Order: sequence, then structure tokens, then C-alpha cells
Amino acid sequence: MTTAEQEALIIRRKTPWWSLLARDKFALAAALWLTLMFACFLLGPELFGKAATTLNLRARNLPPGSTEHGWLMFLGGDALGRSMLARLVVASRNTLTIALTAVFFAMIAGGFLGMIAGYVGRGIGHVIMRFADVLQSFPSLLLAVVVLYVLEPSVTNLIIVLAITRLPIYLRVTRAEVLEIRERVFVDAANALGGSRYHILRRHITPVVAPTLLTILTVDFSIIMLAESSLSFLGIGIQPPEITWGLMVAQGRNYLSQAWWLAFFPGLAIMLATLSGNILSNWLRVVSDPEQRWRLEKPRTGDE
Amino acid sequence: MMVENSSISPADDQPILEVRELAKHFEIGSGLSFKRKTGVVKAVDGVSFSLRPGETLGLVGESGCGKSTVARTLLRLEETTSGSALFHGEDIFKATPQELKSIRRRLQVIFQDPYASLNPRMTVEEIISEPWVIHPDALPASERPDKVRALLENVGLRREHAERYPHEFSGGQRQRIGIARAIALDPEVLICDEPVSALDVSVQAQVINLLMEIQERLGIAYVFIAHDLSVVRHMSHRVAVMYLGRIVEIGTEEQVYNHPRHPYTKALLSAEAPLDFSKDRKKHQRIILEGEVPSPSNPPSGCRFRSRCWKAQEVCAGEAPPLEYVNNHAVACYFPEDSPAG
Repeated sequence: MTTAEQEALIIRRKTPWWSLLARDKFALAAALWLTLMFACFLLGPELFGKAATTLNLRARNLPPGSTEHGWLMFLGGDALGRSMLARLVVASRNTLTIALTAVFFAMIAGGFLGMIAGYVGRGIGHVIMRFADVLQSFPSLLLAVVVLYVLEPSVTNLIIVLAITRLPIYLRVTRAEVLEIRERVFVDAANALGGSRYHILRRHITPVVAPTLLTILTVDFSIIMLAESSLSFLGIGIQPPEITWGLMVAQGRNYLSQAWWLAFFPGLAIMLATLSGNILSNWLRVVSDPEQRWRLEKPRTGDE
Repeated sequence: MMVENSSISPADDQPILEVRELAKHFEIGSGLSFKRKTGVVKAVDGVSFSLRPGETLGLVGESGCGKSTVARTLLRLEETTSGSALFHGEDIFKATPQELKSIRRRLQVIFQDPYASLNPRMTVEEIISEPWVIHPDALPASERPDKVRALLENVGLRREHAERYPHEFSGGQRQRIGIARAIALDPEVLICDEPVSALDVSVQAQVINLLMEIQERLGIAYVFIAHDLSVVRHMSHRVAVMYLGRIVEIGTEEQVYNHPRHPYTKALLSAEAPLDFSKDRKKHQRIILEGEVPSPSNPPSGCRFRSRCWKAQEVCAGEAPPLEYVNNHAVACYFPEDSPAG
């Protein structure tokens, strides 16, 4: 074995994932930002719940950048003089709960149905695909309005509706990938070894499909947050005084010409959350791919 | 016809695998209509052969003659149209899922493309232990890491290769990994579907020698599929020649190569360049076949080779000639070359 190969082997054994993360600046920043968001999610309402609802009429539409009304007003005040910062922190819980649960369920259900449609059989595959066609041909907003009008507008129902409307994307992508992977020779090999369908799906197909789904999930995350805000705007989503980032964007839209920061900061929060998720999922994809991983493992020398 | 004859032939052992009248037809439907069939491709149409323990049966033929389809149907990767394949007397094509799982434990495969046949996301250790994950009773989990490394050494790789991924290996090394996976369950029959045709010539010899060495050590019977005549000759005890979905000639390696009886076999062998020019130059006469291989969706009636055969007569267009045995050497032709012994 040449020394270079030996080196590569040692690197693989000894480089843990967090060390690889530390080497990639963007991925590290994304991970830190997501950690911060998660901290807000866990502690935000307890720490800032009161500040987020306290009115300070002198600070109405206060521009950001001044601390004369206290550091909580650093990002400005909203139309009722409440602290933007506190509201953003508090809103993170509702936002992340709804968006994350909805994309997660959409991914699980869509991925599961997609695997069945792609792997199990043509008959059931057709049924599932027509079901996806029906879901997609329905305007998702209309579907949501109907469902939420019939059911009670609550957080749980909101999550269910959002998950169902996003489900076809995961379903189609999964099915397409499964149809491609199932024809690969290593799947034939597993079949010839006597591997069951479940074995092949779990060991050979899921590991290839999962990174793709994870990438879609991060993009979908922002779409869900905005969809949720338009439902809230129509009065069937989250209702004030509960807040989400999407709802804050919707409320701030009325003041765009006088107070841009009302819509800008929650929009920025959505954007940063999506971007971080995307960068991190991309990093995960590279780390989990043996043919790509060396790019991160390669010792940084000279060119830095 | 063939079935009875093969049992008359002096078999030293009971055949381990007996394929009878195997046929695989692919239906081609037109893209627009839903159910209408526009044609049938008869990729394999009535193939029979038997395989004895520890023996290598070479299966040669040009591209598209159905060699790989035979392999895929025997492995039940494709369902057959008709025929049977008795593995220890048990029909592979009729086996229930449980029976099939137990058959697959004893009937393994090496694929042609070593780049596609290994999952790129699994380490070599995971790839070679997959057979034991599927058949957990074959080897206790605690013994698997050692056995993986022992297998790697058996196929000419090193123990430390177990921790690597397939993309770190060359084609020949990958094929060795594929072989290690195939023999992990100690199979009785190994179907080698063109195992060396994707490799460099220098590497081909190494892999072939490895396969022969393994056969000597473990007594595995091979169905060795290839289009390279010299490779098949080197490997095989018996050789079957396929043309357009049928076996035209089957016999021992010596019989088929030195005394071919079917016109197609003669033409095929003559296409191979002789190694020793000085001796064979005068004797060696190339037979150039006219025309193309007919489409398997519309093969000629009767003998499928008649459209290109210089001996063809009216009778060849009628009933297809059956495989007839003389001295354990079968040929499907109405006008075969004389058998030297018979």
C-alpha cells in the first residue's frame, strides 16, 4: 500500500464528523445559526414571552439600530410598539413547530408512498400516483381553506393540511429515484443473495434517496412558512396574539412604505433558517457519500 | 429429445442443475396503446443443459444471443415464460419465496460490470457480509469480521481493504470483491455472467485463474458465460454454443473446439485468430458468414441459423432440428459435420 493510501485510511478512521464540520466554514456557521434558533425554540417564549407582548406606544414603528428604549428595541418596534427582537425570538417556537413538523410528516409520508409506488408494484403504484395527481391538481390554498373551514383551525390541523399539500413533491421524487436505483446491478446482486424487498429498500435504496429528500426538505421549509403565513392572513391559520414569522411578514406588509423592518426581519429569519438548513444538508450529503467525503477530509495545506 | 439423451450420457454424478426447455419471451407493446402487443422478442427459446457438481459449463455466443437472459432467469431476476430448472430436483422457477431464498443461498452469481455491482455507499466489509445479514443463520455475527478478512485474503486482496469503499479499487479488485461476496455462503453453483469481459486483458487472466483456483478448492460448479472463445476454452469442461436464443451445439471442450459439428460453431471458431500461424496458416480457413444476425422478434422458421448457413436446404425451414447426441456431443443440425468418433 502506498503511503498516500495509508494516510487516507488513517484520516477516515480518525476524523470525526464534528472535526469535518469545523473545517467547513459555511457549514459551521449554518450549524451555529440553527443551534441558536433551536435555543430560541426551547427557551424563547419563557425568557421573552412578556417582552413580546408589552406595548410601548412611544416605540411604535421605531426604526432599528437605536437602544434608547432598551436593548430589546435594537431591531426596532412594531406597529404597536412591541419589541421586534423579542417577537422574533418568541415566534420561533410556533414557526419551527409548524414548519418542521409539516415538512417532516410530508417527507415521511411522501417518501414511504413513493417507495411503495416505485418498488412494490405497478397496480398500487398507479393508484398512488393518481392520488398524487389529484392532490397536485387542487390549488393547495383552496385545499387548505376547505379543510380548515371544515375542521377547526388549530395548530395540529394546520400542520396536517400543510403536510398533505407538500406531500406529492416528496412522493414523486422518491418514486423517480427508486425506479432508477432498483435497476442497478447491486440491487440485482442483493436480490440474487435472497434479500427481501424490505432488506433492499432499507439497505440499498433508502440511503441513496434520503440525502435528496433532505435537500428538498430544507427548500420546502421556507415554502411552508410562507404558505402558513398566507393561511394566517386569510384568518384560518395561526391567529394573533399567537405569532409566527410568516404572520409577522404578513402583518408588516401594510407598513412596507413607512417601516420596512416590520416585514424585513421576520423575512430575513425565514431566509436564514432556510439557507442554513440548505447548507447543512448539502454538507451532510457530501459527508455521507464515500466518493465525496475525501473533499472534506483532505488536510488543508499550503493554499490557505 | 435432449432431456432423455442427457440422462443416457455417461454422467459421473447426478446433475446439480438441470435446465429444460427454458424460454424467455419479452413482449413489446406499442407506446400508445395500453394492452395491444405488437410483437414478442424470443430472447431465449428452448434452452436445455445440465450441470454436474464441480464442473464448468461454458456458454458462448455472440452479443444478443440470450446468454445473459439465461443467467438472469436462472437467478429469478426475470420470470421465465416456460421451462424448468431443477436445482437438486427442486424447480427454481416454481419455488416459493422461502424455497427460493434457500436455493439462492446455494446458487450465486458474479456480474459482468464490477463498477455497478457493488453499492458505492457500503464499505467492502458491509458488502461482503451482506450475504450473512440476509441469511443470519449462516454465520454468527461475532465471526463475521474475521471471515470477511479471510475471504479477502482468499481472493487476493488484503485484510485492511475491508474498511475501504468500492471506488478506491480498480476493476479487477472490485471483481475480486464481487467473487468474495458470491462465495461467502459456500454456494454449490456459481453463475458467472461475463465476469471478465469488462476487465483489461492482463487482469482477465488473474481473475480467471482465481476462479479456477476457487473451483479447485471449494468444488463449486460454474455456468461460465462469455463471448471470448479462448477464455471459455481455458475455463470450461463442457461448452454450449448459443445462437439466437437456442443452443446449437453442446459437448466437451475438446469436442466442440477440435471437432465442431454445427456450421455456426465452425464459423465462430474460424473467426478466432489462430495462435500459431506457421502451423495453421494453410489449414486455417476463415468462414465469413453473410448477412446479419436476424432479429429475435422475427427469427427464421425452423433452424434459426439457416438464413446464413451455406448448407441450408429446404428441410431446415421446416421443423427446427432437435439437439441430438452422439457420444455425449449434441448438435442441432440436419447436416452436421461428421463426428470423428462416431
